[in-house]
This record gives sequence, C-alpha cells and structure tokens, in this order.
Amino acid sequence: MSKVTIPIGPQHPALKEPARFCLTLNGEKIYEIDLRLGYNHRGIEKACEERTYIQAMYLVERVCGICSHSHSTAFIQAVEEIAGLQLPRRGLYIRTLIAELERIHSHLLWLGVAGHEVGFDTLLMYAWRDRELVMDILADLTGNRVNYGINTIGGVRRDVTPRQIERVTKAMDTFEERTKYYVQVATEESTLIARLSNVGKLCYDDAMRLGAIGPTARACGLERDARKADPYGLYGELDFKVITDKHSDVYGRAVVRLLELMESYRIIRQLCKGMPEGPIAVKAPRKIPAGEALSRYEAPRGEDVHYVRGNGTDKPERVKIRAPTLANLQAVAKMLEDNYLADTTIVIAAIDPCFSCTDRAVLLKKSRRRNEEPVLWNSLRDYGIAWHRKQGLDFGDMNRRFGRMMERSSR
Amino acid sequence: MMWTEEKIQQELTGKFAFLDGKIKLQRPRRLWVDAPAEHFDAIFSHLVRQMDFPVLLTITGLDETSQFCVIYHLAQLEGIVCNLKVVVPKDNPTWKSVGTFFPGGIIYERELVDLLGLKIEGLPPGNRYPLPDDWPDGQFPLRKDWKRGGEAAIKEKAS
Repeated sequence: MSKVTIPIGPQHPALKEPARFCLTLNGEKIYEIDLRLGYNHRGIEKACEERTYIQAMYLVERVCGICSHSHSTAFIQAVEEIAGLQLPRRGLYIRTLIAELERIHSHLLWLGVAGHEVGFDTLLMYAWRDRELVMDILADLTGNRVNYGINTIGGVRRDVTPRQIERVTKAMDTFEERTKYYVQVATEESTLIARLSNVGKLCYDDAMRLGAIGPTARACGLERDARKADPYGLYGELDFKVITDKHSDVYGRAVVRLLELMESYRIIRQLCKGMPEGPIAVKAPRKIPAGEALSRYEAPRGEDVHYVRGNGTDKPERVKIRAPTLANLQAVAKMLEDNYLADTTIVIAAIDPCFSCTDRAVLLKKSRRRNEEPVLWNSLRDYGIAWHRKQGLDFGDMNRRFGRMMERSSR
Repeated sequence: MMWTEEKIQQELTGKFAFLDGKIKLQRPRRLWVDAPAEHFDAIFSHLVRQMDFPVLLTITGLDETSQFCVIYHLAQLEGIVCNLKVVVPKDNPTWKSVGTFFPGGIIYERELVDLLGLKIEGLPPGNRYPLPDDWPDGQFPLRKDWKRGGEAAIKEKAS
C-alpha cells in the first residue's frame, strides 16, 4: 500500500494550540511523524531582559493561561534565591494553596477535554461544572480566575480571611465526593476503559530516555515529581503521595490525574488547617544582586524549569524558561508511532498540551463610590469600539460593507 | 549508591583533579560546576553514566558579551541538580550535541542554534525551533547586541 502524508496543523480543529504534526500513514497506521513547533513563540525570555524583575514576573505569569501561578512562582523562587530572601510562613502557605487550587483547575479542565476528544461529552460537562467551583474559589482568593497576580517577590500580595479558608475547606468535601465518582467511572465504565487502554503507549525506558515529565511520566511508572524530589515552598513538610501507574497509556494518564486530584484535596486541607498568623511578604530590594539560580516547580502538566541570572541591576541578565509541554512533545512522537490515525487527537491531548482559557464573560462594576452598578454588555461593547477608534482603528466601515455584501448575496 | 552533595563533589574532584575549586554548592541540591571545554565530554559522560544523573532538565545558553556560556542542567531522580557550565568562544561558536545521551535534549540544542547562533555539531537534520521559517539569517535574538525590529527591516527588503 502506498504511503500517504497528512498534515495536522499548524491550525487544525483538533488542536487547541498551533503545532504541526506531519503524519505519514501506512494504511490506517502512523508510520512516521514530523513535528514543527514554535508557532506560539513570543520572545518572552528576551522581553524579560528589558523589564524590571516585577514587570518580568507579571510577564512570565502570562507564559501560560492555565499554569500561570506555576510560571510566576518558578520565576520568583529563582529571584528570591539570588536575593537571599526568607519568606514568611503565611506567605508560603498562601502561595502553596493557590498552587494546589491551580492543579485542581488544570486537571479538571484536562478531564473535560479528554472526555470531549473521545466523544464522551457528558464527562466534559460534569468536569467543567466542577471546575467552575475551583475557578470561583480562585477568583474569591485572588480576584482573578486565571493569571491570579497573587505572587510578588518576597511573598504574596493578598491575605486570606478565616471565612475564605472555611469556604475552601468546605468546597474540598464537594470535590472529594465528585472526584470519587469520576474515579469510579474511570475504573468501571467499560467503554471508556476500552477507548483509552493501549492507546498512546509509552514504556518506562522511553519515558526516561525522551525526558517525559508530569502525569505523562508518572503513568509509565516513573516517579518524577519535583514536589517530592526537590521540595520547594512548603512541600517538604506536607504529607502527600506521588501517584504513579503502570498502564503506560492514555488510560493510565487519566487515572494518575484523577488520583492526583485526591492528593491535592489532602494537601489543601493540611494547608487550611495549619495556616499560621503573621505577615504575608517581606520587602524585596528593587535591585537584585548578581548571581544565578535554577528553580524547579511541579506544574499540573509537569515540571517547570526556570533559570535566572541577575547582574546587580533591577533587570535580569537572562531568564530561561522550560515549560513541561516542550519536554513531553518529544515523547508524543514515540506514542503516535504505529498507532491509528484516529487516536492522534486523544494521544496529543493526553499529555495535556497547554492552551489559554482566559476568555470568559465577567461582571464589571462601575464604581460610583459605594454605589456600584453593573456594566451592561452593550455599553462594554460601545466602550470597546470607542477605545479602538481613539487608537485609530475603525471597524465600523468594514462591518457596514460586510452587512451590505451579506444582504446582496441573500437576495 | 545514595549520593549526597558532598559525595558528588568528592567523586568529581577525585576523578577530575582540575575541577578542584570549580565546584560550588549554592544551596542543598544545587551544584554549579565550571567544566573546561576540552574535558567536557569526559565529565558529562561520567555524570550521566556513572553518577546517576539520568535527567536533562534543560540547556541554557547565555551571551556573556565576550563569550557564550552553555549550562547543562542535569538532575538525579532523587533531586540533586548539577549545573554543568562550559564556555564557547565568540569567534568560533561551535559546540557539540549531547543527543546521544539525551535524544529529548535535541530540541533545547535547536534553541541554542536559533536564538544564540551557536553551531551544534552532531545535531540530526530536522525542523528549526523556535523561530519561523522566514526568519532572516544571521539574526540571533538572545545575543546582547541584537536589536528588536532589525529582522523586520531585512524581511521587508527581501520581499
């Protein structure tokens, strides 16, 4: 049978982010993979060199729309090491609390996406319903659903109240109950097991050789978790298990993430219970001394690695960021080899490649001292149009022409 | 064998006497080693094959104005990180690939090629990363003397 090459991406409905997988097929099976990345390269490392540490922190937070806290924490951990800052305990507790809430948000998001990719949209609806709960908690604690902006060099920017802690603890009961149900679905629902088992196989040795990380590696029985191996923040004092699985396929990756959710709930309970009183941040100098540091952080998708070099000024000399997807994409090529073309989307989705989810309706309030009034959608739209017009961009004319064109074609 | 930071330092200086005074323990689990370029292969291979460093976290490339510096962030599964630094001269920015040890590390080497303009010997043929295909030759954004916008002017001229 002659070989056929099918390009998937850079823009493709099955991919949430631009990347090009050129698949050469032998019948229905994938024979060869050619991977092209870099479509989302925004030059953030270079941009950091032109910004102060605080500005760079907010920029780094925007490396990813979902693991935003992961990247900003990984970055400032390195900066804090160079500056020799000792963080107050309460600050560390809050930072770790947000980190684990972010993991819940990311894993539930993945569960929904995975359900959708295999045509199990009920799971998508359930998982994303629950994800809303954690998004609400994050918005309650930080003011934002994503890109929380809670970190600052030397600690965190916002304190939490006892009422908020109570709400978080209470929500964990709901999460635990619902996650138990998902674990039951994953281990008992035969269609789901049949669809995910033996898909995207990656053996222990290949995971090790290709540098797979995060749940992708742990589902191959590889115990790699920076929280345990190289503890940062509070993780050295917390009681939690590193979840591994021996299935080495997409099914194993789902099981690992679900059980990791249960561990995150345990961690959050410990944090809420043991939260000490005290300050939440120490004052950090504007100029960071010359020096370098390497920081590791276990993000929901795998390990974030940040290297920072300071030169004694208020701007970093070099910032290097290694996000988990880059490490895991090397393993994807191996997973796809000799697999069916129809499995491509779930295999790619199973490493949880990163995409932004910042689009969402918000309730904006016009503040007139204490008399707050909601901004209506139409007035927000008008404000947007007027703002763009002020910048010299007027889409009105184009819209009118488009309207006339549509009218003509419908006649 | 259970490695500690001290044992790693002793093993390295015992095996490679010239590393004496070139190893810094910055904090628990963080070792920084300055490797002379001519002995890089031996040290790297010893760390990976004999001293249980099976993980390459990433490779960082730096422009230190007068020279380039490449840092290999190697890790043990138990958590100790050895940051192996090597200097690459500016007048001949050629270095070698560690793809035989870490096939997953090739993508980090492609970053060195695209962003700093290093030539990596032994890099297998493949797509560039991370810059676009129409990025002009000789423009390396992470070099300190590179100015933003230069590449746009070149592209415009070419078209």
